[in-house]
Amino acid sequence: MGLLDIKNVSKRFGGLKALSDVNLSIAEGTVHAIIGPNGAGKSTLLNVLVGKLIPDTGSVMFDGQSVLGRAPHEINQMGISRVFQTPEIFGDLSVLENVLIPCFARRDGPFRMHAFETVTNETEMVEMAEQMLGDVHMLEKRKMQASALSRGDKRRLEMAMCLVQQPKLLLLDEPTAGMARADTNNTIDLLKEIKATRPITMAIIEHDMHVVFSLAERITVLAQGTPLVEDIPAKIKGHPKVMEAYLGTAEV
Amino acid sequence: MFGLTKKDTLLLIVVAILTMAAPFLLNPFPSGSAMAQFNAGYPDLMQRFVIYGLFAIGFNLLFGLTGYLSFGHAAFLGVGSYSAVWMFKLLSMNVIPAIILSVIVAALFSLLIGFISLRRSGIYFSILTLAFAQMSFNLAYSVLTPITNGETGLQITLDDPRILGVSRTESGGIPVTNLFGAEMRSTYEMHVGSWLFQFNTGYYLCAVLMLLGFYLSIRIFRSPFGMMLRAVKSNQNRLRYTGLNTKPYTLAAFVISGMYAGLAGGLLACMDPLAGAERMQWTASGEVVLMTILGGAGTLLGPVLGAGFIKYFENIFSKINDTILHQWFSALPDGLEDAMVFLVHPFIGKGWSLTLGITFMLVVIFLPGGLIEGGQRIGRLFRRRTAKPAPDSAPSSTPAE
Amino acid sequence: MDAILLQVLNGLDKGSAYALIALGLTLIFGTLGVVNFAHGALFMLGAFCAVTLQKILTISFEVVDPTRLDFLGNPLKVKTPYVVSWFGEAAGNGIIAWSVPLAILFAIPVMIAIGFAMERGLIKHFYKRPHADQILVTFGLAIVLQEIIKYFFGANPIPTPAPPAFTGSFDFGVLLGFDPNVIIYPYWRLVYFAFSAVIIGCVFAFLQFTTFGMVVRAGMADRETVGLLGINIDKRFTIMFGLAAAVAGVAGVMYAPINSPNYHMGMDFLVLSFVVVVVGGMGSLPGAVLAGFLLGILESFASMNEIKSILPGIDQIIIYLVAIIILLTRPRGLMGRKGVMED
Repeated sequence: MGLLDIKNVSKRFGGLKALSDVNLSIAEGTVHAIIGPNGAGKSTLLNVLVGKLIPDTGSVMFDGQSVLGRAPHEINQMGISRVFQTPEIFGDLSVLENVLIPCFARRDGPFRMHAFETVTNETEMVEMAEQMLGDVHMLEKRKMQASALSRGDKRRLEMAMCLVQQPKLLLLDEPTAGMARADTNNTIDLLKEIKATRPITMAIIEHDMHVVFSLAERITVLAQGTPLVEDIPAKIKGHPKVMEAYLGTAEV
Repeated sequence: MFGLTKKDTLLLIVVAILTMAAPFLLNPFPSGSAMAQFNAGYPDLMQRFVIYGLFAIGFNLLFGLTGYLSFGHAAFLGVGSYSAVWMFKLLSMNVIPAIILSVIVAALFSLLIGFISLRRSGIYFSILTLAFAQMSFNLAYSVLTPITNGETGLQITLDDPRILGVSRTESGGIPVTNLFGAEMRSTYEMHVGSWLFQFNTGYYLCAVLMLLGFYLSIRIFRSPFGMMLRAVKSNQNRLRYTGLNTKPYTLAAFVISGMYAGLAGGLLACMDPLAGAERMQWTASGEVVLMTILGGAGTLLGPVLGAGFIKYFENIFSKINDTILHQWFSALPDGLEDAMVFLVHPFIGKGWSLTLGITFMLVVIFLPGGLIEGGQRIGRLFRRRTAKPAPDSAPSSTPAE
Repeated sequence: MDAILLQVLNGLDKGSAYALIALGLTLIFGTLGVVNFAHGALFMLGAFCAVTLQKILTISFEVVDPTRLDFLGNPLKVKTPYVVSWFGEAAGNGIIAWSVPLAILFAIPVMIAIGFAMERGLIKHFYKRPHADQILVTFGLAIVLQEIIKYFFGANPIPTPAPPAFTGSFDFGVLLGFDPNVIIYPYWRLVYFAFSAVIIGCVFAFLQFTTFGMVVRAGMADRETVGLLGINIDKRFTIMFGLAAAVAGVAGVMYAPINSPNYHMGMDFLVLSFVVVVVGGMGSLPGAVLAGFLLGILESFASMNEIKSILPGIDQIIIYLVAIIILLTRPRGLMGRKGVMED
């Protein structure tokens, strides 16, 4: 039994079978990548994982509890944090506040009417957030407005916002999509650093092979809505089935 | 002090001094002088300054922080007034029970409307709140006449029971609103030379409550709760995926701002025990939107400034007529004088709404941050002139004062 | 049966006005993505086009008529409109009597010009600003427009009669085989309904059968793509705005005989029209028309005495009530499309 268990999940959109009978298990402490060509069902699977889509059949269990049909905030409170394709941050707020919000969310739960406390007096929270910003090398930018950050810094900030919650599972949805090579490498280094310093499970949905092979400990290849192969990176490289899925077969 | 930072405490103290000294500050011109028409230091107007200031502070807690634009806040002002007048009719002329009831009723009413309206966001939310307010307005005029007294408006009469008070005074008149005997309408007049300063009990009650409301709003702005509300405005999606349930946050903000509106409505009734349905009309909701935007939405001081600005100029502009204009421009040659009067005429007197509409449009177009932003820009201009031109420092996101 | 028919008929004229305003709102919203709170003011300006034309046509000169004396024995001053003196008694008075229909010819260019000016001068700069800003600035504009009208025309309603041929009522029921005197219907209301139907038909035909209309429809479906195709959107936006203003304007012109125009009529209609748009589904033209008529008729049913005795006050709130129920159960309205104004 893994941290996240996907069992017999199928999802149809009209006549299109987006996912058919997907079985996947992500073990605790691993970096698990889910790759596949366009239209393989990666985003559908992700949307199922975060409760946005309810599959026709099957179950998704996280840490012994079903995630199906839950609201985003409930899923997060279960211990799943999510990094988006384009960084989702609070643009109008300062960098420090961006990290403070997840700190409060973790301490106080989905809602608390803390209208008579003062943010700056919550030293424990502020310290925690500043520590985190230090970890991602952004402490000196803590007073900046988040929307003024560079794209790479926004990505860092978003990671910090997720990590400060100490999630059991970090979901990364194409974290390097649309990035320049240098930014991609920076993100890879950051993720490696994170992985080295704390025990965390990561699920990366990605189609940049460079990213996948430099990070993942286990890879699942998805094609036409079903997992094709699951193995360690070394064995995925050059696997005939994977080549076939990505390049198509010459003879049909 | 009071759990505020140094800067905020200073702001609160300055505002407190200004409101307490308002009878002096707003009457800078000797009565009888030509400039006396610009005085604003009489009870009726000063009461309106602080009451509408309170209304706008509350509206700003919703719109300024969460970005939800309600076009129906006048409904809460209206129910506040009605509840207060009913308290005067049934219980006593003491303002305390009236104020308490108006806040409670407004809270319940806004809880109901907020619960439904907040299921949608953006323009849909605006239209839902507008629909609710118009519905309340129409009902107050028609079926609810037994409660609201329809077009005439709800008034206190000699036949009201007033269980804890008297139906009529010994002299046979209608009793007046009071705070444990201190009549709201009583005014102490102070003559200093040719100056006249008026200190009105009702104004000071409203001013104290406004300061309390202002203090609470500072606390909310600086609290984690306020931070969450600003996050709602900035990115709801991220907030949800950060494990926070946005609905109770927005609903709480909606109810709090509804309570401010109810309090303002209650106070209006305390100053003048009369409540009419027109207080709930959507133009009244529009007015609080104008005040907040004009002053600066999302800032602490902006709404108060906006309310004061609009109420002051409404009063001044309505009083100016052509004769006064001719006096102003009398230094000009005759033809030019008439031309100037002709040009200015549409904007004064009954034309105040026109002036307000144009000012408001200009603010939305050129100064989305309102008067506060205008002040900051001017401040920056001065600093740049005195100091050497320095590169712009990194933008900071602490909400403007 | 006849009672129901009567209410349907009674609802038609208000429904027509709602439908026409909502149509314009939807056109602007769907193509330009702007929420126009000044659209009611355009309707009001249209009605005042009728008033203005009536005033222009009745500009008179005074002649002293020595043959007739007033009650004090002085010679009587007779006012004669210039139009009468130019075109002769019969034709001149005819022109004055028909000022409302004539005002359509006057209103169309005026309203298109106002629409162009509004779009070029103001709305254009708000395409990229948040919807809240658009609401606020057009709200301000609506106040300004109605105050200008109030300045020139005063605060009181100005009676603007329909041509004599269409004043009065006729027995509509007899035509349909009901008893006489059961369904009495004013002529002008029928004219208004027919007129709206024609205008709505023209707008739909324009969108359906012209290249311009095709681009507009494509733009409503997917604005970005059409922009990418290199089609000059800007010019078309301006024209669309002018068109929507003209539709609101002629709706106002023809409504003048039903309710004497006053400066705040636009705001009164605007609030309801927004509700209509929301009920119909933001961005759906057929939805706007359908919801307009539906709500107009519902409103008239709710004001039946039989219904009011069961549910007192229902006539005052029915539209809002329906809007709230629709918004909560069918968030996209009756015919709304996915992804319009959803965040």
